[in-house]
Order: sequence, then C-alpha cells, then structure tokens
Amino acid sequence: MSGTRTIQGQKNLQNIHQASKDGIGGSPLRPDGTLKVKGEFAYSSDMWHEDMLWGMALRSPHPRANILSVDISEALKVPGVYAVLTHEDIPGSKYYGLEIQDQPALAIDKVRYHGEAIALVAADHPETARRAVKKIKVEYEVLTPITTEEQCLDPETYGYVHEPHEYKSHGSGNICHSQKLVSGGGVTDEIRALADVIVKGTYEVGMQDQAFLGPESGLAVPAEDGGVDLYIATQWLHVDRQQMAPVLALPEEKVRLTLAGVGGAFGGREDLSMQIHACLLALHTGKPVKIVYSRDESFFGHVHRHPARMTYEHGATRDGKLVFADCRIVLDGGAYASASPAVVGNAASLGHGPYVIPNVRMEAIALYSNNPSCGAMRGFGAVQACFGYESQMDKLAAELGMDPVELRQINAVTQGDFMPTGQEIDAPAPVAELLQRVKDMPLPPPLDLENLDVRTLPGALSNTSHGEGIVRGIGYSVGIKNVGFSEGFDDYSTARVRLEVIGGEPVAMVHTAMAEVGQGGVTVHAQIARTELGVEQVTIHPANTEVGSAGSTSASRQTYMTGGAVKLAAEAVKQALIEKGRRRYGWEHKDITLVGGKVVSETGGVLVPMVDLLGDEAIDLTREHHHRPTVPFDKETGQGFGHVQYTFCANRAVVDVDVELGLVKVVELTAAQDVGKALNPLSVVGQIQGGCTQALGLAVMEEIVVKDGKVRNASFTDYLIPTILDTPPIPVDMLELPDPHAPYGLRGVGEAPTVSATPSIVAAIRNATGLALNRVPVRPEHLTGTL
Amino acid sequence: MEFLRPATWDEALAAKAEYPTALPISGGTDVMVEMNFDVHRPSAILDLNRIGDLATWSIDGDTVRLGAAVPYSRIIDELSGPLPGLALAAHTVGSPQIRNRGSVGGNLGAASPAGDSHPALLAAGRDVFVEAASVRGTRLIPIDDFYTGVKRNSLEADELIRAVHIPVADGPQQFSKIGTRNAMVIAVCAFGFALHPKSRTVGTGIGSAAPTPRRAVEAEEYLRGVLAERGLWESGDLLGTEVIQRFGELVRDAASPIDDVRGTADYRKHALAVMARRTLTWTWNDYSKQIRSAA
Repeated sequence: MSGTRTIQGQKNLQNIHQASKDGIGGSPLRPDGTLKVKGEFAYSSDMWHEDMLWGMALRSPHPRANILSVDISEALKVPGVYAVLTHEDIPGSKYYGLEIQDQPALAIDKVRYHGEAIALVAADHPETARRAVKKIKVEYEVLTPITTEEQCLDPETYGYVHEPHEYKSHGSGNICHSQKLVSGGGVTDEIRALADVIVKGTYEVGMQDQAFLGPESGLAVPAEDGGVDLYIATQWLHVDRQQMAPVLALPEEKVRLTLAGVGGAFGGREDLSMQIHACLLALHTGKPVKIVYSRDESFFGHVHRHPARMTYEHGATRDGKLVFADCRIVLDGGAYASASPAVVGNAASLGHGPYVIPNVRMEAIALYSNNPSCGAMRGFGAVQACFGYESQMDKLAAELGMDPVELRQINAVTQGDFMPTGQEIDAPAPVAELLQRVKDMPLPPPLDLENLDVRTLPGALSNTSHGEGIVRGIGYSVGIKNVGFSEGFDDYSTARVRLEVIGGEPVAMVHTAMAEVGQGGVTVHAQIARTELGVEQVTIHPANTEVGSAGSTSASRQTYMTGGAVKLAAEAVKQALIEKGRRRYGWEHKDITLVGGKVVSETGGVLVPMVDLLGDEAIDLTREHHHRPTVPFDKETGQGFGHVQYTFCANRAVVDVDVELGLVKVVELTAAQDVGKALNPLSVVGQIQGGCTQALGLAVMEEIVVKDGKVRNASFTDYLIPTILDTPPIPVDMLELPDPHAPYGLRGVGEAPTVSATPSIVAAIRNATGLALNRVPVRPEHLTGTL
Repeated sequence: MEFLRPATWDEALAAKAEYPTALPISGGTDVMVEMNFDVHRPSAILDLNRIGDLATWSIDGDTVRLGAAVPYSRIIDELSGPLPGLALAAHTVGSPQIRNRGSVGGNLGAASPAGDSHPALLAAGRDVFVEAASVRGTRLIPIDDFYTGVKRNSLEADELIRAVHIPVADGPQQFSKIGTRNAMVIAVCAFGFALHPKSRTVGTGIGSAAPTPRRAVEAEEYLRGVLAERGLWESGDLLGTEVIQRFGELVRDAASPIDDVRGTADYRKHALAVMARRTLTWTWNDYSKQIRSAA
C-alpha cells in the first residue's frame, strides 16, 4: 500500500491484544469501544494526508432537467483550484450501479433527481472548493418531475425517467423491477368465497433515512503504479471496487481499498457515494484527494428506504384461520435502480408475513421516478410490508372479535411449514412462542397522575401536558426477515487466519475485508478465533482488498457469513497445527484440541504448549464460507428456494398518547427474538434495542419530506431521529434455538426488530386513539385531524 | 472576514459603530450553524465573550435585568423563581450543551419566530424592555415593538443588545411548546402565558405561528374583562369551561401560521388552542390555591 506511512487515522483496529479468555458466548468489550466513547476513534472524515486536496461536487437543484451547457471556465480560474471535472473527463465506463449499471458517475445531459452530481472540483482548501463549485455555470431546461405512482405508470403522458432504450434490465415504462407470486389457488372469487370475513386496507410508508452520524467521506491516494488507494467508510469493499474500476478504466488490482472508520451505515453505504469522485480527482491531479460530505449533502449523497404504497386484502374463517392474502406493494425507487430489484424480491417473498396462508397473490414493483433514489436500508423490503400485514392482522382481529395475539398465533408459521414461495422453513420458527413471550412480560406501571414527572409524558420538558389528554395504548406485532443475500446470489465471505508466536505467546491474527460499521464483527471475530484456537491474544488486521471478499455488512449476514469464514479458517489452522504435532510427536489420540495456549487431549492430557509446537513457523490459511445455495424466484409465480435463513422478532409496545395534541411517548417496547446462538449476548441485545429504536423512529417521526421531487428537510434540525427521551426501556427476551444450517446455529439479528417493531407502536397508538392510522410515520396531524 | 474581540462594552459599541454589518456572537449556537451551512457570510464577527457583564443578572425592585449572554442553563438554575415562564421556556431549548451556551440575547438578535424565549417574554407583560446600546446612547425598546418581521428586529445597525428588563413574576406563569419529538426540537408552535395579579392583567405570547412572535391581544382583553367583571381575581373561583374554551379560540385566532415541513397551519392553530386552555388552567389553579390558602 502506498501512502500508508503518512496516513493518519488508520490505527483503529490494529494491535488488539486482549488478554481475555472471552470466546463465543461471552461479551468481551469492543476493541474500538473505548476509543469511540472517548471521542478518540478516527473516523473516515478525520483522515489527513500531506499535500492533499479537497474534493467537492456540484449538485442539481432540480429533480428533472436537461443540461443544456456546463461552463467550468470561471471555476478553473479560482486560485487554489486544481481540477474541475465533468462526465467528459471520465476515462472509462460512465455508468455504475449495484445491480443495474444505470447511474452516471456524473450527470450526462440530464439530471434525474434533486442533488444529482454534475461536476467535481478539487482545491487546496474546502472553502476554495466550495466557492469554485458556485462558479460553475449550468444552463438547465427544467422539466416537470415525474413523482407520483400515477405519473410513473403513465409515461406516455408524464414522460420517462429513463428512456425506453436505456433500460439495462427487465424493467420498462418507469418500472425498474417487478415480482409476482402466486401460491395455492391464488386469489379468485372462488377462493374469496371460502372466507367468512374479509378485511382490506391501503397503507403507506414514508421515506426513512439511515441517518448515520458519520457523513460520507474518504481519502483517495494516487499510486506510483498508476492505480489508486482509497481509504473509505463503506459496507462492502470489494463491490465498491467492482463498480469503481470500470469507471476509472483500471484493472481491479490497481484499485485498492482499505476500510476507514465507519460512523454507522444501516444500508446507506451499500451504494457508492464519493468513491469514484475522489479517485477521479486524485488520478487527474496526481494528488491525494479527500471528500467529506456536509450533513445536508449527505442526505443527497446516499439512497434511502423506499417509500411504499400497499394494498392488502385478507380473508379468514370465523375461527380466525387465514384463507387468502392479496397484496400489492408499490415501492418508489427514485431515479436510479440501486438495490431496488432485491428489495422488490424481499417485499414479494416476505410481504405476507410469518403466517401460514393457503392462497396468496402478490405483486411487488419498484418504480423509477424523479424522487431521491432508494435502496438498501436495515430491514430491506420487509419493513414496509410488515406495517401492511400487521395492520391487517389487527384489523382482522377486530373484525373477528379476537385477541390480536391469539389471531397471530393461530396462523403463525413454525418449522416444517412452507412459505408462499414454496420454500420449506427447515429451521426453528418459534413465531407463536415469541408472541407469547412478549405478551407474558410484566406491563409497565400505569401513569401515576399524583406524582407526575413531566419528562415521562408525551412532550416531556416541552410541558404540554400535566396529565390532560393522556391515553395509554398497547399493541403487538411480529415480523419476518431473511438473512444473507437471496435469489441465487453467492455472497461468500473470505477469512485469513494466521497463528504464530509473538513475545513468547501464541497469537492469532484475523484478516478479512469485513466492513465494521458498528455491528461488532471485530469483537466476534476475535471471540471465534479464541474459541477455535485456544489462544487469548487475537489481532484484527485492518480490513482491505488484499484478502478476498467478505461480502456486504448488510442483510444481517456478517456474523453468519464472515464469522463462518473465520471459523473455517481457524479450524483449518487448528488442524494444520495438530497435524504438525502428529508428525513431530507421533500422537495417536483422536480427541486432540487447543485450549489455553496448549495442545491437549482428554485422554492424553497436555501434549505440548502451542509455542513449542509452532516454534518460528506461522500457520497462515485462508478459507471461503459459502452459504447453502438458493435460486431466483420464478418471475410470474414467485416460487423458489430463495432465502438462506429466516429470522423472527415479536414486539409489544406500550404508548402514552396525548390525544388532544397528537403527541406520543413510547413508554416501553418489548422484544422477543430467536437468535439461534448469541455469540456475544451483549452485542445481540444492543442490536435488538438499536433495531427497535430505528423502528420507533419510522413509527413516529422519521421521514424525508419530498415535495415535487425536492427534499425539504435535509438536516438533523428537521429530519428527526429519536433522542434518549424518545427511547423507552426495551426489555429483550432472547431465545437460542440453533439453526442446523448455520455456523454455531446462529441467526442474523440486526434487522428483524427493525422490521417488526414499527407496527406494534402504531397498533398501540390505534389502541389509545381508536384511529385507523394507515401511514407511518404517524404525525400529530394524523392524530388530531389537522393534516 | 474581520474577527473583532472587544474587551469592554465601550470597545464593543465602538466596534459595532465602525463595522455596522458585524454580526455579534456569544454562545454561537445560532450564528455558527448558519455560518457552517453557508447561509451567512458576515463581513465581520463581533465576539462578545470577553465582556463578562453580559453574563450577569440582577434584580432591582420588581425588575430582573437579565444580561444578554446569561445562558439558558443559568436561567433555569437561578431564575426559576422570579422568571418562571422564561425558565420553563429555557428548559425546552435544544440539548444541555446548547443550553449551556445559548442565551436570550442571541434569541432576540436572531429574532426567529421559532425562538423559545419570545413567547415567555411577551407573556411577562408590557413592561418587558430590550436594552439596546450604541455609541449614541442606550434605549429601552418595549418588547411589543421589538419584533418587526421574519428574523428581523428593531435594532439599529450600530446597536447591540446589552440586557433584557423583565418584571419579577407576581403570579403564576406557564410555557408550552410543541415538537414532534420529546427533546431537542425546534418549536412547531409555542405558547407562553402569565397571570399578573397586581395589574389585574394577563400576558400571552405565541411562537412559531406567525411571521413574528406575537401576543394574542383579544384573548388577553377577553380574559382581563372576565376576571374583572366576575371578581375572580379576588375570589379565585373556577373559571368555567366556557371561559377556558373561549380563551383558547381567541389565542388560536390570533395566530397566522403557515404549512411547512414541521407542521400544518391547521395543526398549529389547533395546538395553540389546546396549549392556551391548558396553561390557563394550570396557572389559574395555582393562583386559586394561593388565594384560598391566604384566605
């Protein structure tokens, strides 16, 4: 790696020498935890390089416009400006994309969303760059944006976001991707006639943002071999490189990525942001280039959660058995495809919920529009649908006069049941039990009107109520999410494990390309190495592209996939060491293992200290971990063994609503989740509580407000995320039913609560207010009839 | 950009006279945000942090003289007794860090309709004055004349805010604010209310529901009349739901809010009526108890 000697801020994950016996099942401290708490952790935005320039993008103020001309001459004259680039300066392919390469690295002749990058500036100071950006003159022909479902689906009248000849996938006519599903008899009049009760509903989910705190940032350093080294906060180093190299016209081996400190991701770093831009500027100027987005630019610099409009119809017998479900989910994918096809696949295959439904008809589509691009966000296509089907379950229970938990339990899937995709659930699926567990947890005490603490009421210190108008409500929900990449994707992970003697002790080093975005993979990898190799000291190598892909830090998959790869590599190192011992000492014990720095056997006792057996030799092995293969869903019927693993979470929400002012305080949010095996129980609980909190945000406050294609609240002043006063106690009941197909029996945990918790909160608000509430986030206007 | 750092008040006034476009800064909780977002690039910054007097307060008889730079956290800790409405408003400002830096002087300087101090200052009565000074001298601007437009006030270009004069509360005061989360939120709308038993008047202040902070004059007059006609100041008897309801409607009608990303105009009007009813009820209940325990 060129340039590392002068890079500051690359020490985060090196030299982790924890003298601890904390293997799997323990909760050792995070190696980066103390640094983060003390404010000493170097995030990607903290990096510095001598002689570096600052990059900045000019972005479109219009959601839809033709670019008639771009004049960079005045910008180039600004002293301190080293380069001003447009798409004409791109040496290679001008398009990139996660699944469909439909997004120009810099706008070509037209812009399709508010904030699309048009030109780049590199200057010796960020302020200089900012001023130069303002001197770029762009002449636009502003067009009426295509923003609503009705407009998108009538391109003859309203126009095309991408012209018909521009489609590189199956999509057409402003539909980016669609997936149908039919199971049982589908939904026909004959099927409908089998139901005693039918409930229908239309539901909407607003555009949620990942709202990570560390803005997009990175540092590109041109290398002597004509390549580039990029230090970057991302979720998947190798897929970034795969998208970057063709645009930069470089072979992949000349595009080297190293993970920089990541300040949260939640899906928002799955797509490229400034990666290509920084490298283009660095290669053009021959100087290191740093780009750091401001907070408002960050809102334009990454994709968001798809807003959704969903129609559901459920039929059931009088005793509560579901007969059919008819669902249509329309997701607004915005200007570019991003992860829309996979999000659609999830919505279609999970959008009926964790229920046995004999007859299902489903269609999920993602639209192209001139709204902001949407793609990956925690919960990925399962979140929107869960709000739909869980709202329906409550409606059905009310219609039947049944307890909403009981109705769900009657229809809950369990191991051995089949999803409407035809896929058998071949691992534990304790959906009914999870619901029972949250229901059985003790309730928080009722509001004590005699000893009021205003901080505990809706509005808190804003002092809007001293008990007036407060009504308590309780709601339940359960959700389903897949783990890992689906539909035939082989998102394997690679791990390299090295064992050697350092300072008289056996030390393991784990090297992967896994992006640590806060999930705690660095902690878990060390735990796995300790358990498998019987060592105490484990070093985590910085994540980079010198080792094979670790796949994405998304889809709740990293512990399963890269953790699984670390396990395989560590097992291989262990076997190699034992073989070495057998060759040297002629052991014939069958039960040799590694514990406490020693090679031991139940029958033979301590055979030899590992340091003696290793000597000066290092054992250094790399392994790939592939999950069991899946297949794409049939385009018309949705049938297929499409998912690797399912994960389930149930919630109970208790809320206090000021019904006069429409203000909500979530009093408690209980979660029960099957985690298979908690490799690090503290981290698992943290993931569940964090997932619940993000779901709370969607329920009552988080939304990017877009009007006529323009973002209205690109700031943390007006894009609100929960504070500590909004976040209730979140008791977590953790089940550990091992999945026979997964390493250690574990189950991905990060997303299920984000899927399931939102509808429980809305159900509780409905319970308190009696209102229908078919849209999230629920705003005070919805609760007071003042929209 | 000039960075001016006067050591004394006289130096500050001289600097402001010399650089009338200089932007005063104290806590920086508003100025720095706007500069970081590139909303403003003032020609000069006038840093008032060296002038210690600005962060002091005193009570002279019935009036608190609150230095322009006294942070909200100290208003909460030290002035909840004499200025209960303003202290409640201070509680709702930003986060603890912001409350440690932000001040009423800054709120007045920015004159945002969403500033949390304004409804409490308006409600505190007609005898609230902004002490504005320049090399030409000092004047006291009545709070009712201070707010002139969206983010505009009646200061002259060479003037600085030195202090605010606020009557010591002689009756219960309340402040309520709507935000769509339970902390760290800019007001969707806000309402301040105060009973002034000595003058037999009431005070109101509406925030975030008109181009400027404003008083609900008709509501004040209505309530003043009802309280006087029915002898309620003396009896402390219940107001009755009709009076409370009518007061809420008049407060609502005094607002002229807009639809924006934080809330709809209809919601703001609705919420103001509710907050007016509730704050009136709380203050009157407190007053009523005082009367009865004195009787």
